[in-house]
Amino acid sequence: MTTLTNANFRSEELTQKLVASIRAITTRPWNIMEICGGQTHAILQYGLDQLLPAGIQLIHGPGCPVCVTSLESIEQALKIARQDDVIFTSFGDMLRVPGAGQDLFSARASGADVRVVYSPMEAVKIAALNSQKKVVFVAVGFETTVPSIAQSVLHAKRNGITNFTILPANVLVPPAMHAILSSPENRVQGFLAAGHVCAVMGYWEYEPIAARYHTPIVVTGFEPVDILNGILMTVQQLEAGMHTVQNAYRRAVTREGNLTAQGIIAQVFEPVDRNWRGIGLIPLSGLGLRPEFQTFDVHEHFELGHETLAESPLCIAGSVLRGVATPHDCPAFGRQCTPGTPLGAPMVSSEGACAAYYRYQRVKA
Amino acid sequence: MCLGIPGQVTDIYDMEGTLMSKVDFGGVVQEVCVATVPEVKVGQYVLVHAGFALNILSDQEALETIKLFEELEKFNQEHPSGEQPE
Amino acid sequence: MTQAGYPEMQGPNCPLPISKREMVVIGHGSGGQLTHELIRDVFQSRLGNPLLNAGNDSALLDLSQALPAGQRLVVSTDAHIVSPLFFPGGDIGRLSVCGTVNDLAMMGAQPRYLTATFIIEEGFLISDLEKIVDSMAAACSEARVQLVAADTKVTEHGKSDGIFISTTGIGWARSTPRIAGDQARPGDAVLVSGPMGNHGIAIAQARGNLGFQSNVVSDTAPLNSLVGQLLAEVPNVHVFRDPTRGGLATTLVEISRQSSVTIELDEKAIPIDPPVRVACELLGLDPLYLANEGKMLVILPAEFAYTALRVLRANPLGNQAAIIGHVTERPQPQLLLKTTLGTTRVLEMLSGEMLPRIC
Repeated sequence: MTTLTNANFRSEELTQKLVASIRAITTRPWNIMEICGGQTHAILQYGLDQLLPAGIQLIHGPGCPVCVTSLESIEQALKIARQDDVIFTSFGDMLRVPGAGQDLFSARASGADVRVVYSPMEAVKIAALNSQKKVVFVAVGFETTVPSIAQSVLHAKRNGITNFTILPANVLVPPAMHAILSSPENRVQGFLAAGHVCAVMGYWEYEPIAARYHTPIVVTGFEPVDILNGILMTVQQLEAGMHTVQNAYRRAVTREGNLTAQGIIAQVFEPVDRNWRGIGLIPLSGLGLRPEFQTFDVHEHFELGHETLAESPLCIAGSVLRGVATPHDCPAFGRQCTPGTPLGAPMVSSEGACAAYYRYQRVKA
Repeated sequence: MCLGIPGQVTDIYDMEGTLMSKVDFGGVVQEVCVATVPEVKVGQYVLVHAGFALNILSDQEALETIKLFEELEKFNQEHPSGEQPE
Repeated sequence: MTQAGYPEMQGPNCPLPISKREMVVIGHGSGGQLTHELIRDVFQSRLGNPLLNAGNDSALLDLSQALPAGQRLVVSTDAHIVSPLFFPGGDIGRLSVCGTVNDLAMMGAQPRYLTATFIIEEGFLISDLEKIVDSMAAACSEARVQLVAADTKVTEHGKSDGIFISTTGIGWARSTPRIAGDQARPGDAVLVSGPMGNHGIAIAQARGNLGFQSNVVSDTAPLNSLVGQLLAEVPNVHVFRDPTRGGLATTLVEISRQSSVTIELDEKAIPIDPPVRVACELLGLDPLYLANEGKMLVILPAEFAYTALRVLRANPLGNQAAIIGHVTERPQPQLLLKTTLGTTRVLEMLSGEMLPRIC
């Protein structure tokens, strides 16, 4: 029986040991950011922040790729989806993110052919089966998801599936960390790095960031025991005044990462500037298709234009995503902006900070 | 980013030039692309995200991690709340 | 069979077939020869009972002997538009019969009679229709109900997604004490009759676009026998409800609001089959929000909880029944979940459709 099943990393006994250790060493308040939506989700699902000593503040970072996909990309997605000869494919996460007016879910209700897929390869299969239609896949996600998209493009090219294109919207983690840590408003003292991003990319890229900003960074997994372990190691460093990169997810992550996967990414994509919703332009923080794969970019096939679109004036998503404000600081939170009527992306995604704060209410005594 | 689930590879095959596999997650089997881990062998565990393998998981490292947690018991007894580690 | 109120009378719109048809055509809904053949060959032959076979405009029900004093008539109606029509463990036919039977059973009623309307798209395979009606006949037999009135209409191709079925059920239940969503009281125990999420996962799998295989099957089943057995031994049940759309969590939030109470659940106690749990993790779904079509929640005074558990577990439909929580009183009604790690979180209603996610 393998040790690798998740059950071992959810044990109540181990959880208690880790919590006791964290309490034993914490002498001061610390702000720790987790930059992965999956970690935010796990923290809420298991109520992990209820177990931590009061001084440890977990800040939910811009780790929800759906939350940071630019308004312009979403509007382009909607424009494409509404066309008659298009089958628009997407991960489920994107369907209810509001554009300037509609979202993909309501576009589907209005007659657009929008299909949820669990893998970009599924979108390629749909293209192969529907040669008379244009199949477009909206490529969101951090580095974890990029190999799957890159490989799907390679597969489409190899098999001559020319009616498959992507709307490039992938983003990279290290530039986002730079943007957060270099901001004068920054409150983050320690980082939990995203374990699955690091499974692909390794963690050597974080070493210069930790050194430059004197911030400890600990590669962390997603089960309760993994997250508490990551927090423990971060607090240990903070208490000792250290700022190195450590790995708390050793069963899945090595320093170099998965070189084959990195090779597949580099073959198909190259870094480009990208607009992060709520944050703004971060140089070389996104991925675009290399020239030899440009035919798989939806921009080559559709006239999409470039509009500057306005967000709801009430929405402070950018400040929330950067960790400089909490949803409670937002005047619209819980009033005009709720999961049913979201004004911004962090209220939509199940691990966006605003939806997290909203759904995870304190138990009313 | 996020949802990555460990499963055991039960079958490896080619699909139109791309290396694919069947992965068993414990009663649920999914078709998973392993072009990212071409060296994978049947019986090994992979971390799966969006129908793709991210990495091959290390049983050895998992065991080491669990063992480290066992050490925590000792540490907690030696350092009750408030004391600093050395 | 209740006849169409408005058959087409403008003369033949399609030629009469010279051989047995394989597909439903517009003519099947027009009230003429084709309709009669469809009714006789597909419906009456399978669902046949004296009331249905009488072929009148309506069914005459003699309730004088059947409805005892102190009992009330209970009626329920439902529409079924499930996609796909056939899934592991069931189909739209079984779902429609069990759905209405269970709506009645959840009031503590014993269902007796069902009606059904079928809106069928032109081009629908007769062999599929036969399978669906076979399934309904089997479910009626299991639930011991009779389908006594039915109607069929045929729409043009593209206007009705294969087939839509609407069912209405009639039964009777004791007048007092009431079994209803507003009857939960502090101190009550909350039981569930079996594992959660099987139907939701079976449907997700059958839709085919999520790329996984498992042996999870839908739990669609009629619950009236289980209800009858339970009420015979524990008459003072407060609430029955089947956690269908929205799942266990949404259903209990509704009850907590109707009864103005707080319900506290123990996550460790909620039964979930391992492959359902795994499928949920893979797809990013929460089993507490997935539909169930053959399970029920029972809320009753705590002193009868173990008796109820014994009765439920003695029935194959309830053999994994469990006590999963209790009802308490707090200033504001809430549904709380004590997690496997001992922390507590609030469960909300499901807003909109739960979609698979990668994050």
